[in-house]
Amino acid sequence: MAGFDKVVVSYEEAMSGLEDGMTIIAGGFGLCGIPENLIAEIKRRQTKGLTVVSNNCGVDGFGLGILLEDKQIKKMIASYVGENALFEQQLLNGELEVDLTPQGTLAEKMRAGGAGIPAFYTATGVGTPVAEGKETRSFHDREYLLEESITGDFAIVKGWKADRFGNVIYRHTAQNFNPLAATAGKITVVEVEEIVEVGELEPSQIHTPGIYVDRVIQGSFEKRIEKVTVRS
Amino acid sequence: MALSREQMAQRVAQELRDGFYVNLGIGIPTLVANYVPEGMDVMLQSENGLLGMGAFPTEETLDADMINAGKQTVTAVAGASIFSSAESFAMIRGGHVDLTVLGAFEVDVNGNIASWMIPNKLVKGMGGAMDLVAGADNIIVTMTHASKSGESKLLSNCSLPLTGKGCIKKVLTDLAWLEIENGCFVLKERAPGVSIEEIKEKTAGELIIPDHVPEMTFA
Repeated sequence: MAGFDKVVVSYEEAMSGLEDGMTIIAGGFGLCGIPENLIAEIKRRQTKGLTVVSNNCGVDGFGLGILLEDKQIKKMIASYVGENALFEQQLLNGELEVDLTPQGTLAEKMRAGGAGIPAFYTATGVGTPVAEGKETRSFHDREYLLEESITGDFAIVKGWKADRFGNVIYRHTAQNFNPLAATAGKITVVEVEEIVEVGELEPSQIHTPGIYVDRVIQGSFEKRIEKVTVRS
Repeated sequence: MALSREQMAQRVAQELRDGFYVNLGIGIPTLVANYVPEGMDVMLQSENGLLGMGAFPTEETLDADMINAGKQTVTAVAGASIFSSAESFAMIRGGHVDLTVLGAFEVDVNGNIASWMIPNKLVKGMGGAMDLVAGADNIIVTMTHASKSGESKLLSNCSLPLTGKGCIKKVLTDLAWLEIENGCFVLKERAPGVSIEEIKEKTAGELIIPDHVPEMTFA
């Protein structure tokens, strides 16, 4: 690698440095916009004891769900899980810990984490089980919860196009948590459908500026759809 | 007669106003989109990051990168915008969404709502529901008035873990339209052919019955 060139050519190199017990922040919503090949590489590596932060945990046999097959995930931080039987089974057996976090709070935890803000107040979750053990404070006669932000050892992100400097554009609703995850990793790895030359992307259209990105790799994607729904 | 799911959606649709940005939850709320009055423009917000959700795609326009918060494939209308999850919840938490419609297990006289967790059953998560109820000012809860075994879902105190505290003011059930005022349910409208007696019997929380309770009307 030279200068700002972030491009790596193998998935092995893309995830190099990943160790047991690390925290990984992953982009994606359901199966939309998930870094599917980076997840497959984590499975290949058999890294264990991982804490994974992602809105969901994939499905049986695809996405983050494949990391459950060999019990690589120790703890899951998510807003909605259980689309996979294996997840349910490991949770009930006590092999997997889950921290259910409201979706907007999860997004803000990543955003704040990446922006150097250690915690923030939100009305979300006040008076609910989410508030247990958390500090509260009143502003303008309303009660708010103090929520701590999240950073990861790695962030794994799926983009549409990136240039060699790691500037990234997402496609449609495959954006979701990806730009937030990208800011919050000590090492941020982005896999994209197409790598273009520097200068080809319009600067004002960049979603994730290259400063957040450490490695970029071009992959090919299955892009499985969870619920194919068409007009009758 | 109790309202059908479609009739419940129709009644909620009467609360839409031209120019509203609306978030519809899964189930009956989703059906509200089918009853937007002719000539009225509303923009549907899907919390995964889409403002201006359109119809489902055709086989030809199916796109894995275009989904709604229920993970179904969708399209975007002209004038739509797409953004990150943080931006999406900034809109929600910041009170920019004009109307939120969502389902629930229970609502109580203090405006508390329980909709995500039944102890000793597998908990899948709250998704965006806690953010939606905390952030929105104008929320309509849609649910059946009582459970299948006849137990009221309109209570003095929610028995299940809460989704939000003191945030609900309007409830549409299959029997009635109710609003929460000063720690009571107020019966505003009843489903056609449903007696006030039946509503009273199936409402566990304190219920105020005005002198005149009109029947709902459907166009």
